[in-house]
Amino acid sequence: MEMPIPDADVLARKARVVARLQSVLPPDAVIHEERETKAYECDALTAYKCPPMVAVLPSSTREVSDVLRICHQEGVPVVPRGSGTSLAGGALPTADCVILGVARMNDVIETDYDNRLIRVQTGRTNLSVTGAVETDGFFYAPDPSSQLACAIAGNIAMNSGGAHCLKYGVTTNNLMGVTMVMMDGEVVEIGGGHMDAGGLDLLGLICGSEGQLGVVTEATLRILPKPEGARPVLMGFDDNEVAGACVSDIIKAGVLPVAIEFMDRPCIEATEAFAKAGYPMCEALLIVEVEGSDAEIDHQLSLIMEIARRHNPVELRESTSAEESAAIWLGRKSAFGAMGQINDYMCLDGTIPVSSLPHVLRRIGEMSEEYGLKVGNVFHAGDGNMHPLILFDANKPGDLELCEAFGAEILKLCVEVGGCLTGEHGVGIEKRDLMHVQYAAADLEAQMAVKDVFDPAWLLNPAKVFPLDASSPRRSEALAAA
Amino acid sequence: MIGSEEELAAVVADADGPLSVRGGGTRGFAGAGEVLSVAGLSGITLYEPGALTMVAQAGTPVAEIEAALAKENQRLAFEPMDHRGVVGSTGTPTIGGVFAANVSGPRRISVGAARDFLLGVRFVDGQGSIVKNGGRVMKNVTGYDLVKLMAGSFGTLGVLSEVSFKVLPRPETQGALVLHGLDDAAAVAAMSRAMGSPFEVSGAGYDPETRRAVLRLEGFEDSVSYRLAQVQDVLRSQVSEMSVMTAEDSTAYWDGARDVAAFHGAEGDVWRVSCKPSDAPGLAQAAGAEAHLYDWAGGLIWLRMAAGCDLRARLGVFDGHATLIRADEATRARLGVFQPEAPGVAKLTAGLRKRFDPRGIFNTGLMDAAA
Repeated sequence: MEMPIPDADVLARKARVVARLQSVLPPDAVIHEERETKAYECDALTAYKCPPMVAVLPSSTREVSDVLRICHQEGVPVVPRGSGTSLAGGALPTADCVILGVARMNDVIETDYDNRLIRVQTGRTNLSVTGAVETDGFFYAPDPSSQLACAIAGNIAMNSGGAHCLKYGVTTNNLMGVTMVMMDGEVVEIGGGHMDAGGLDLLGLICGSEGQLGVVTEATLRILPKPEGARPVLMGFDDNEVAGACVSDIIKAGVLPVAIEFMDRPCIEATEAFAKAGYPMCEALLIVEVEGSDAEIDHQLSLIMEIARRHNPVELRESTSAEESAAIWLGRKSAFGAMGQINDYMCLDGTIPVSSLPHVLRRIGEMSEEYGLKVGNVFHAGDGNMHPLILFDANKPGDLELCEAFGAEILKLCVEVGGCLTGEHGVGIEKRDLMHVQYAAADLEAQMAVKDVFDPAWLLNPAKVFPLDASSPRRSEALAAA
Repeated sequence: MIGSEEELAAVVADADGPLSVRGGGTRGFAGAGEVLSVAGLSGITLYEPGALTMVAQAGTPVAEIEAALAKENQRLAFEPMDHRGVVGSTGTPTIGGVFAANVSGPRRISVGAARDFLLGVRFVDGQGSIVKNGGRVMKNVTGYDLVKLMAGSFGTLGVLSEVSFKVLPRPETQGALVLHGLDDAAAVAAMSRAMGSPFEVSGAGYDPETRRAVLRLEGFEDSVSYRLAQVQDVLRSQVSEMSVMTAEDSTAYWDGARDVAAFHGAEGDVWRVSCKPSDAPGLAQAAGAEAHLYDWAGGLIWLRMAAGCDLRARLGVFDGHATLIRADEATRARLGVFQPEAPGVAKLTAGLRKRFDPRGIFNTGLMDAAA
């Protein structure tokens, strides 16, 4: 992965930068010894590593503002970091950067049930937001798989989704306001307890901007009353195409499930060997979950099963209890772990129109033969967000490169059928150089114009999102101006 | 009339003065300059009911879209209002106008706003470049979200040429629960309680004139009756008198609430205040309006004020904003349609407009701070 050459001038001033940061932060919040900065050398995309020059762990918006003001004055790049769970390398450092970790900022600032919102510091983990309100019958809806560990800061940066976004939407649909610190240290408040923007929708622009426009330190999040109950039905089919048609028919029928999950045969086999969830051996498996009272769930599941029966399922298993629901979800929730038992894997997350599902699965199967690498597919079928898991051997020379080339082909296919490169993980470093596939020069230009406005010196989260060749004139210009 | 995106781009590139960007022109206010209408860019490009997605050219009439969706038993769930009645305008609402102004109706509290349903845009920027962002899939985090930025930008950053959006199934039926004899504070408290219950209320409004709050429930027939009963149970300690509306009455009631029918033809200026629901009764009192109505469980207040009155001065600083929807030209010029933003935010807004429209030709004056 090509990265910009570290700024020798910045590296030479490390001692001065550290001293200035120490003047505004407690001693244990500035990490600069090489053996310690190594802890921040990568996120969950472990194929790429680079220890930062310094890492800081501020505890307040004020401290974040001080850090950014100093870095801005010193011309030091800053890489914001939530919990470091990015699968796209969104928090990968550069050698000349300051990592700004928000992990110490995890307070609940306000809980307001009358207005159904919670205000938190953004280092708080996703699941602990729900944890703060669940005894009162509420929850925070976006539920990325990493929700135990991932921070709200990262969720906002990547506009994270989850299994239940078919009904509840992704982060941007559940974010009401932010306190954000600009690269020059200025603090801005955007949105709040009200529901729509009074001018341009800057909140919508910030969400998903991968930490390149500012550092979000506090967030107002929408919380929802917990449904009375939820139960899934599991169905197996002999053909991917039939399963795809079944998904489409369910959606058309007017039942809106909270989740429709899909697994293909390689994934079912791996999962069965690992978790023994008792799944049927078939070509495609769907888990469809609905919510409501017991009677409402029974009614919706009966409609869904009636549709499924028209597609000749090889298996149809309705959950009637919490235990049966857990058993149905067990395999799906262990899928990534199961694939990891077999080999190293790379997880993609391109999204496609639901109607292209059979075609895309067939093409992925053909490409798998061509590349000689196995693929398992497990994904959110209701919204077309695929998760092909390509298996490779990290110890075998050339295998990672082969896997990356195969992955790129799959993502190109997603774009070709009318979809996109990434549905919920973000571009980061991983898909940066594929952006040309989805966007023309004018499209990227418009996005980079936004970056120019928010971070004119191009110091925040450098070398991510935009292909280096597209951003290089701006970065050199910014450097020359500094 | 402009008939293609390329033509639109050429017109913008060749413009030598301000352009007043229009969809159907139903809002009764617009930016200064020569009229640039997208009405000629019309038609549904793609509709996949099984994927809940539609793509349409910006000038497509909303009525045409709703008719196509109705055939498949689907709808625009964010329930865009029709401004013609309240503004006293003519014209044909277009889908581009709906998204450019982020127009959302009562169901915004349960399913989200227009911006939450917009999946992709194509637009022409201030220099005549054609730009696309997003796409036609439900989940897309590829690059910055200019889709949200364009939603509600009122044509100040670019002229929409095509939009793709999510649609939803139309529920089998609906019903409404009427809460009687409440004052503003009690109504907002009751609506908040109902919204905090798990029974999926999809509309919550209150009219102080009739002292009635109305809660809408939608879904399968048995589910609607079940939830109507459950919500009554939840509210029994707070509300002494409740009654149930039929599906037919509920539909008519919410169509009226969506279009603010109570203010049609009435005198005075019309304001729209977006606020934190629990602040609403206090704000309504401070406003001293001739009439007011609540939607979004209190998160939206419609106010009818004496002509020329500066509502923002009466409200002072609060969590939200006030938009001037209907007034004469002099009042609009004096007060501005949009609430002035805090300096830090205003700087970002100005910076974005300068980058997307460097010549400053799109809808000049419209979203600017008042003179």
